[in-house]
Amino acid sequence: MRDVAIIGIGMTEFGELWEKSFRELVAEAGVRAIMDAGIEGEEIDAMYIGGMSSGMFVGQEHVGPLAVEVAGLEDLHIPATRVEGACASGGIALHQGYISVASGMYDIVVVGGAEKMTDVAGGSATNILASASDREWEAFFGATFPGLYALMATYHMHKYGTTPEQLASVAVKNHYNGSTNPKAQFKRKITVEDVLKSPLVADPLHLLDCSPVSDGAAAAILAPVEVAKKYTDKLVRIKASAMACDTLSLHGRERFDALPAAIHAAKKAYEKAGVGPKDIDLAEVHDCFTIAEIIAIEDLGFVERGRGGPATEEGITSLHGEIPVNTSGGLKSKGHPVGATGIAQLNEIVLQLRGEAGERQVKDAQIGLTHNVGGSGGTAVVNIMEVI
Amino acid sequence: MGVARYWREIPQRYNLIGTKCSVCGTIYFPPRAICPNCRRKSAGKMEDYKLKGTGTVESFTIIRVPPPEFEGKSPYAIALIKMDEGCHLTGQIVDCNLEDIHIGMKVEACFRRIQEDGKRGAIYYGYKFRKAKE
Repeated sequence: MRDVAIIGIGMTEFGELWEKSFRELVAEAGVRAIMDAGIEGEEIDAMYIGGMSSGMFVGQEHVGPLAVEVAGLEDLHIPATRVEGACASGGIALHQGYISVASGMYDIVVVGGAEKMTDVAGGSATNILASASDREWEAFFGATFPGLYALMATYHMHKYGTTPEQLASVAVKNHYNGSTNPKAQFKRKITVEDVLKSPLVADPLHLLDCSPVSDGAAAAILAPVEVAKKYTDKLVRIKASAMACDTLSLHGRERFDALPAAIHAAKKAYEKAGVGPKDIDLAEVHDCFTIAEIIAIEDLGFVERGRGGPATEEGITSLHGEIPVNTSGGLKSKGHPVGATGIAQLNEIVLQLRGEAGERQVKDAQIGLTHNVGGSGGTAVVNIMEVI
Repeated sequence: MGVARYWREIPQRYNLIGTKCSVCGTIYFPPRAICPNCRRKSAGKMEDYKLKGTGTVESFTIIRVPPPEFEGKSPYAIALIKMDEGCHLTGQIVDCNLEDIHIGMKVEACFRRIQEDGKRGAIYYGYKFRKAKE
């Protein structure tokens, strides 16, 4: 297998982008990544694009050729594949792109993700997102997506004594980080009190415990390290890329206080990279709900099981803490256009490792990790990147 | 939802018919075609098995923002229930004050209306849970 580097990144602003179509979002992110990499379109060998449900959100499937067309690459007839794993679609696109370059099949590969979620009304979005859960055995009975994470939250609170204030502290931290990110959907700081005073969505989760419905796209360009040296001096290498699956439903899992697929993907990624949780300088984790970040930092081994809440409250994961988590603002504040999220996480890690994150730069960042989850934990992708 | 899609699952939703692996004896709900313990040995050896309908609340939440099909029905409780046979499922808890629901609460299945396709469409029934009789 060949070593794979990221030679370019690009993303749109995330938010309610009513003036921009799905197609325009794909084009904007892709073009920015290509410009950043300094490559010509004809050098691209293949594309992998993550998207959860463009079919239900904007009535458009068959996203591969759409991406080829917006990039003006139809004459080259390059293969472009849309991949889907709910909110982990972007992470899977990266994983697939990584495999295709590492294997020697392709040299220059575009990995991307896009979702246009605000063209439908709120109720429809809830319904579409419920398709990431088990439609027949969860959603049919009235379980919503926030509801499934709320079940995990209630369980975690009962087992470990995690408090609503600790959940809220995840949102407060991520909004603080997002306030310095020009691409973030919400650039305002909030307080624990704001979170606890916001309406309950699914007890114990309040509105401000939940990531928003967003529009956005993100892209990155992969190349073998040898080829990458031609394009950039600021080489960021993918040290490991691991993906794992579990049952579709939450009730089918062996435990409810963790995401076994994330534990498994993390273990595989750490082994492949030859590093452990203590070696990670910063991480972008899948905080679709505040409880999800608490479980994520436990699953990734940053803190002991059950310590996610107190650790967050103590500031261990804050921008200047021991292990900064979601410096971009995370899904919570940066926004969560589901299919784009995994690649947006990669954008942040690459920015940080290149030392280009500005106000929110983590000092001397050498190794960064992304943790992208689909559904209530049916899919998990963990990637580890390092500066070389 | 298509009528056929609903009709196919009537045995499971009305009568809690799951499956039992005849190799290792583990009981599953919703039904499974392959036992994850026995894998290929279990192929073709999964038998229908009717759950008793009693179980324990492992976790719960109150849904305040419902999906469109449950518009007007919130707040309602959704729980992860460990059935006495060992398998878990997701269902609503009804016939009690929402504040009284707690982890460890013993529940029993009851047959209820779950949702409907608008005012004129099919009405879908299935299981919900209520506090078990002492």
